[in-house]
Amino acid sequence: MSQETDPKVVDAVRAHPFFHGFDPAFVHEVCQHAREVRFEPDELLAKEGAPADVFYLILEGKVALEAGAADNPHLTVQTVGRDEVLGWSWLVAPHRWRFDARATKPVRAAALSAEVLRRTLASHPTWGYQFLIRFMPVLAERLENTRIQLLDLHAH
Amino acid sequence: MLTDADRPAPTPGHPFAPVPYRVRAVATETPDTTTIVIEPWGTRRIGRTQPGQFVMLYAFGIGESPIGVAGGHPDGQLVHTVRNAGKVTGALGRLTPGDTVGVRGPYGHGWPIGEAKGRDILIVAGGLGLPPLRPLVYELFARRESYGRVEIIYGARTPKDLVYYDEIQTWRRRNDLRLQVTVDAAGREWYGDVGVVTTRIPDARFETGRTTAFLCGPEIMMRMTAQALVARGLAPEAIWVSMERNMKCAVGFCGHCQFGPSFVCRDGPVLRYDRVQHLLSLREV
Repeated sequence: MSQETDPKVVDAVRAHPFFHGFDPAFVHEVCQHAREVRFEPDELLAKEGAPADVFYLILEGKVALEAGAADNPHLTVQTVGRDEVLGWSWLVAPHRWRFDARATKPVRAAALSAEVLRRTLASHPTWGYQFLIRFMPVLAERLENTRIQLLDLHAH
Repeated sequence: MLTDADRPAPTPGHPFAPVPYRVRAVATETPDTTTIVIEPWGTRRIGRTQPGQFVMLYAFGIGESPIGVAGGHPDGQLVHTVRNAGKVTGALGRLTPGDTVGVRGPYGHGWPIGEAKGRDILIVAGGLGLPPLRPLVYELFARRESYGRVEIIYGARTPKDLVYYDEIQTWRRRNDLRLQVTVDAAGREWYGDVGVVTTRIPDARFETGRTTAFLCGPEIMMRMTAQALVARGLAPEAIWVSMERNMKCAVGFCGHCQFGPSFVCRDGPVLRYDRVQHLLSLREV
């Protein structure tokens, strides 16, 4: 095992629902430079416009995704919690965060290196395809939820 | 030519004759939503209400509106939560203690709580869908040992749109109830969940084979929620929805509230999802 890989983080990543069933070799590969991170309430995990250089697996706590507008600079549009993932900006050019992500409760997360992930997915197409198949439902669900939000359920 | 003024007023006992009630207390829930507690004014009172039923509340001189029963007591008191959405509900929302209001009912079929004995209960409320579920919640509390797990998911547009806020905090302290509250959007003052009510379904703890779900809220919210529950494995027959239609006569006579082959006032408002799911996705029904 590489010295750049923390075995505790590998265990946490393997145990996370997002990575259930993946090839252990793939998990080991993407865990290079991964680290466990903690955030106190109100600390930012991601800042809109900043480089999206990590992919978070939330292990504990809750994170608010905030969209800024002139009349409401901190509008929370979604919360993400334990066993969920945070961030797709690392996968899509120009690899910059589209939202602020702020801890609303103490957060413990595994932060996977976006550079390692992109390199691994590109160099191992089978793993890359499996990863995208796993990732697409997350994106689709969030798109669906946004669509439901646009319907404004409570206005009817 | 006869006019409305020539028409004789309904006499007591007539199905359209309202029973006078007096407003005992008023509480502001949100800027446009009010809870009123009313009690019989005189010797007459309507029959005992069942969770999920509705009454017709008459703002004298203005008109009637169907309002779900948010609470009922053996002494005849009734609790109703009303959003100002028009002339009648606006007038009901402006009532003050001592005012009088007319009541007809109770009407319709409520939540089939007896059929759910021994099962896990999942309650999903959206916005003003919580008031018609409130009597059900207290019925469950009163007979808690007769049911398995109880979980409530409550969603509103923003934190300011949550009704019964203080009451919900007391529910949250119970250890025999799991409560999830979510809003569609919020500012930084809100530390709870944000996301439409369907986003909380994956986190709900229930066993599909032994759970009954009761849904109340805007129709589109119930449709989306029911679909999410079915996707998690809950049988459509185990899901009940409370429909809201333009009830006028409330006795299955006028047809204003027709919903497919049903009259919501007479056959509902609580209907089993598998019997109406094909209608929920149709427009203009």
